Amino acid sequence: MGEEDYYLELCDRPVHFEKANPVNCVFFDEANKQVFAVRSGGATGVVVKGPDDRNPISFRMEDKGEVKCIKFSLENKILAVQRTSKTVDFSNFIPDSSQLEYTQECKTKNANILGFCWTSSTEIVFITDQGIEFYQVLPEKRSLKLLKSQNINVNWYMYCPEGAVILLSTTVLGNVLQPFYFRAGTMSKLPKFEIELPAVPKSVKLNLSERDIAMATIYGQLYVLFLRHHSRTSNSTGAEVVLYHLPREGACKKMHILKLNRTGKFALNVVDNLVVVHHQDTETSVIFDIKLRGEFDGTVTFHHPVLPARSIQPYQIPMAGPAPVTSQSPVPCKLYSSSWIVFQPDIIISASQGYLWNLQVKLQPIVNLLPDKGRLMDFLLQRKECKMVILSVCSQMLSESDRATLPVIATVFDKLNHEYKKYLDAEQSYTTALEAGQSRSSPLLKRPARTQAVIDQSDMYTHVLSVFTEKKDMSHKFVIAVLMEYIRSLNQFQITVQHYLHELVIKTLVQHNLFYMLHQFLQYHVLSDSKPLACLLLSLESFYPPAHQLSLDMLKRLSTANDEIVEVLLSKHQVLAALRFIRGIGGHDNISARKFLDAAKQTEDNMLFYTIFRFFEQRNQRLRGNPNFTPGEHCEEHVAFFKQVFGDQALMRPTTF
Amino acid sequence: MCFFRAQWILTTHTTWRTVPNIFFFNLFRTFSPSKPAKSLHTQKNRQFFNEPEENFWMVMVVRNPIIEKQSKDGKPIVEYQEEELLDKVYSSVLQQCYSMYKLFNGTFLRAMEDGGVKLLKERLEKFFHRYLQTLHLQSCDLLDIFGGISFFPLDKMTYLKIQSFINRMEESLSIVKYTAFLYNDQLIWSGLEQDDMRILYKYLTTSLFPRHIEPELAGRDSPIRAEMPGNLQHYGRFLTGPLNLNDPEAKCRFPKIFVNTDDTYEALHLIVYKAMSAAVCFMIDASVQPTLDFCRRLDSIVGPQLTVLASDICEQFNINKRMSGSEKEPQFKFIYFNHMNLAEKSTIHMRKTPSVSLTSVHPDLMKILGDINSDFTRVDEDEEVIVKAMSDYWVVGKKSDQRELYVILNQKNANLIEVNEEVKKLCATQFNNIFFLD
Repeated sequence: MGEEDYYLELCDRPVHFEKANPVNCVFFDEANKQVFAVRSGGATGVVVKGPDDRNPISFRMEDKGEVKCIKFSLENKILAVQRTSKTVDFSNFIPDSSQLEYTQECKTKNANILGFCWTSSTEIVFITDQGIEFYQVLPEKRSLKLLKSQNINVNWYMYCPEGAVILLSTTVLGNVLQPFYFRAGTMSKLPKFEIELPAVPKSVKLNLSERDIAMATIYGQLYVLFLRHHSRTSNSTGAEVVLYHLPREGACKKMHILKLNRTGKFALNVVDNLVVVHHQDTETSVIFDIKLRGEFDGTVTFHHPVLPARSIQPYQIPMAGPAPVTSQSPVPCKLYSSSWIVFQPDIIISASQGYLWNLQVKLQPIVNLLPDKGRLMDFLLQRKECKMVILSVCSQMLSESDRATLPVIATVFDKLNHEYKKYLDAEQSYTTALEAGQSRSSPLLKRPARTQAVIDQSDMYTHVLSVFTEKKDMSHKFVIAVLMEYIRSLNQFQITVQHYLHELVIKTLVQHNLFYMLHQFLQYHVLSDSKPLACLLLSLESFYPPAHQLSLDMLKRLSTANDEIVEVLLSKHQVLAALRFIRGIGGHDNISARKFLDAAKQTEDNMLFYTIFRFFEQRNQRLRGNPNFTPGEHCEEHVAFFKQVFGDQALMRPTTF
Repeated sequence: MCFFRAQWILTTHTTWRTVPNIFFFNLFRTFSPSKPAKSLHTQKNRQFFNEPEENFWMVMVVRNPIIEKQSKDGKPIVEYQEEELLDKVYSSVLQQCYSMYKLFNGTFLRAMEDGGVKLLKERLEKFFHRYLQTLHLQSCDLLDIFGGISFFPLDKMTYLKIQSFINRMEESLSIVKYTAFLYNDQLIWSGLEQDDMRILYKYLTTSLFPRHIEPELAGRDSPIRAEMPGNLQHYGRFLTGPLNLNDPEAKCRFPKIFVNTDDTYEALHLIVYKAMSAAVCFMIDASVQPTLDFCRRLDSIVGPQLTVLASDICEQFNINKRMSGSEKEPQFKFIYFNHMNLAEKSTIHMRKTPSVSLTSVHPDLMKILGDINSDFTRVDEDEEVIVKAMSDYWVVGKKSDQRELYVILNQKNANLIEVNEEVKKLCATQFNNIFFLD
C-alpha cells in the first residue's frame, strides 16, 4: 500500500507527555483538550499540556490524597481537583489573587461525585450519582454559589464542551438519556430520550455503556452517536452507528444509521464533519459523511462508508526528545493499540507512550479512491481544506490521460457553481441588508463566511482553464466544449460570467481560425457584451472582417460607448455615418468640429468635406447666432482649406434679422 | 400572362467551342476582367452566365414573359416583356444551381479528374434532371439574391443547452465531424463553414424538410414508436438513412455531400435526424460507412435527449414571445438581410412549401425591392431609398454597412415624413440591438 493510499493520518506534531506509570497519573480534559501529568499526587509536579500552547503549565500542589479528576476552568483561570467522592478543591490561577485552596462539598446528602465539568471560566457542574449541581465560583471570595441543581439518578455522564451539553444516563437499563444545556449562568433541561437497545435485555441491569456513546458536532448540529454492536434487523449482522440529532429546542430524533458491516471493537472520532470509525480487529478505519446521499427509508438515512477501509497512515515516533543530534532512527508507532483512548472530536491518546494526536483527513489520496466524480465533488466541497484538491481534480479530469466525459465535467462544474452561487447570494443579501440601514454590529447581520468550497471564476481561470487551454496536445473541439460547458453552468446558476472567460473562448477560437463559430456565439449573445470584448473584436477585423460589425453592434448595445462608436466610424473614414449617429442620439452639440473636419479632410472627398463643414457652420449659427468657428475650436486650417477649395463666397454668412 | 422557361446548356472547355456564346464569354472579360458581365439581354430571352470554376461556364436562358394581345385583325400578337426579369435574381439562381450541384457532387474539376467528361456529363444529367424540376423560377425574388439563412431567435441559456447537447453528441458519436442544429426550419448552430451551411440550409429547408412535412401532417408516419419496449419513448427519427431501425435489412444509405471544396475538400455522409421541430444534421467522414448498429446507437442516444431539448426550446420560445409582447406588435412587412452572417428575416414570405414560395405582396412591389437592391449593389456607401408605389404603397430600402432592410408600408395619404417615422419605429423595435444607422 503506497503512501498515497492512506486517507487518515495522525498529526505530525503530537502533544508529548510523561507516560502513565505508578507514580505519574495522566488525566485528559476534553473541554480545554489538556493533558495533566500528575506526579505523586502533585507534590513532585503537575505538567499541563494543551494542543495549541507549546509552553506547558507546570506547578506543584500539596499531596492531599489520590487525584480522581483535575481540570482547569476555561482560560486556565481556576484549577479544580477532585480527591474524594464528596468534595472538589479549587485554587485560583489568576495573577495577584490568593492561591490558597478552597473546597466545595456536594449539596446532596449521601451523594457521590462522579465528576465535574467547567462550562465557563467560573462556572462548574458537579455530577453526582443522584443528580447535578451547577455552581458559580467566586475566586476572590474563594467560595462557590449554587446556581441550580436537579435530582436524578445517574449511572454515568458525558460532556460535550462544543455543544455545552451534559448527557446523563438514567434508569436501571441506563438507556434513557437526559441532556442539559448550559449557557451564561443558566442550565436548561432538554427533553430526555431513549436509546433503542439492540435486543430486549435478558436481565434488568445496566445495558448501555458510556463506551458506546459519543457526542459531537457535525455540520453545526449536535449529535449523540451510539455504537450498536448488533443491528436490530436480523438480516444484517454487522455493527452500526446510530446518530441521534439533539437540537437546542425540540425532541431528539434518530436521523442516520452508519452501516459498519463488521463486528468487533470500535472507536469513533469526528474529523472535518466526517464520522471516523476505527476497527481494532482489522486495524483499519472507515469514514462516513452524512451529507452524502444515502438510502432514506422514510425516517432514517442509511449510509455506507465513503471509501474502502484503510489503516491510519503508519507513524514514526521520534525516539529522543528535542536533543539536537539523535542517532537512533524513529520507531514505528503501534497503531490501533489497545492502550489508545479516543476522545471527541478528533483526539487519540496513547497513555502508555505519552502522546496525544489529532486525527486528520488527507484529501488528495481520496481523489483516486472515489471514482464517481460527482460524489467526489459532493464529498470534497464539504471539507475544510478542499480548494486546491478540487482544483487539482478539475485539472485532472481535463487532462489528456485522465479525461472525463463531458456529462461528468458538466456535473462537476454544476456542483462547484451551486456552492459558488450560494455564497454570492448570501453576500448579496448581506450587502442589501447593510444598504437598508441595518447596523454592522447587529447580531442578525453576519458577513457570510467564504469557505474554501467557494471556487469562483478567477480560481477556475487561474488554476484550471488557462492552463488547460494552453496545452498543445488538446483537441480544440474538446477545449471549446469544456469552456462552453463552464459558461453554460455559470449561466444556469445566473452567475455573471467574467469577461476573461469570454476572452479565453475567443482566443481559442481565433487560434484555430474558427471565426464562424465565434460569430455564431456572438450572434446569440453567449459572450456577454463589454467594452473590452468589443475592443478585442475590433482588433480581429483584419483576420475576420465581420468582427467590425459585431464590435459596433456590441458597443451600440452597451449604450455607454457612444464615444467609442464615433471613434470607430471616424477611423474607418465613415465621417457622415459618425455624424448621423451622434445626431441620432442627440450628442451633436457637444462634439469637436475639428475632429470631424480632420477626418473628412483625410478622405480627400471634397464634397464630403463641404457637407461636414456646412453642418458645423449651421451648428455654430444655431448655438451662437454666428456661423464662424471660435478660436477655441482650432479650425483655422479647415476654414482656410474650405476657402481655398470652394472660395470665400461659399462661406455661410451670418444671418441678420 | 407570364411564361418562364429555362433552357440549360452546360459547356466545358472541351466542348464550348461549339457554342456560339464563346464570343460573349471573351467579350465580358474584355469589358471588365475582374467583374465579368453576367447576362445578355435579347428580345425573347435573357441569358445568364456564370463561371463557377475556371474554364467551366454555366449558361441559363430564361425566356422573357410574354403577353398575348389580339391585333385589330384578330391575330394574336406576342409581346415580350423585356424589362420584367431582374438580372440579379436569376444570376443568383444560376450560382445557387452550381452550389447545390457541388454540394452533392463535388466540383466539376474533380469529376473531370475522376472520370473525364463522360463522368461529368453523367453527373450533370443525373443531378439537373431532377433539380430543374424543383426550381420555381416564377417565384424567384429578392430572397434568392440573398440566399440567406433564417436564424431561430433564442435566449442565451437555451442556446447554451443546445451547445452542450451538440458537444456531448459529438463526444459520444466520435465519428461525427460536423453538426448543425435547426429548429422550426431555422438555423441555430452550424459546425460547417458559412458558405457550405448556406447551401445545405437551402437544401434542408426547400427540399428535405418539406418532403417530410406532408406525410407528418397526413399522420401516416407516426413518429412515436411505442413498439420498442424498454426504450425511452422519444420522437426521434431519421430523415435521411434508415426508415425502420427494427428492420434488419434496413439500408443505412445517407446522402453524400462535399464541403470545404476550396480547401480540404471533404466528402461527408449527411445524417439528418429529427425530433418534433428540432432537426440535427450529423456529418461523418464519407470513408466511414455507418452501420445499422451505429444508427441504432445514435437513435438511442440522440432520440431521448433531443426530444427533451425540443420541448425545452418550444417552451422557452413561447415564454420569450409572451415576455417581449411580440405577438401583439403591429405587423410590418419587411425583409432584412445581413451580409456578414447571412441572417435573413422576411415577414413578406409565407412558409415555403416544396411546390411554391408564396409572398403576401404584389409582384410589382417585389420587383421594386429588387430594383432598390440593384441600386445598393452599385455603391458601397450607406443609402436610403424611399419609393412611392401605386395605390398608397410606400417602399423603403435602407442600407447600413453590411445590412439591408426593405419595408413595404401601406398607409392612406401618408407623406414622406410619416413614412420615415414609421420606419424609424420599426428599427427601434426590431433592430434596437444592432448598429443600424437611422
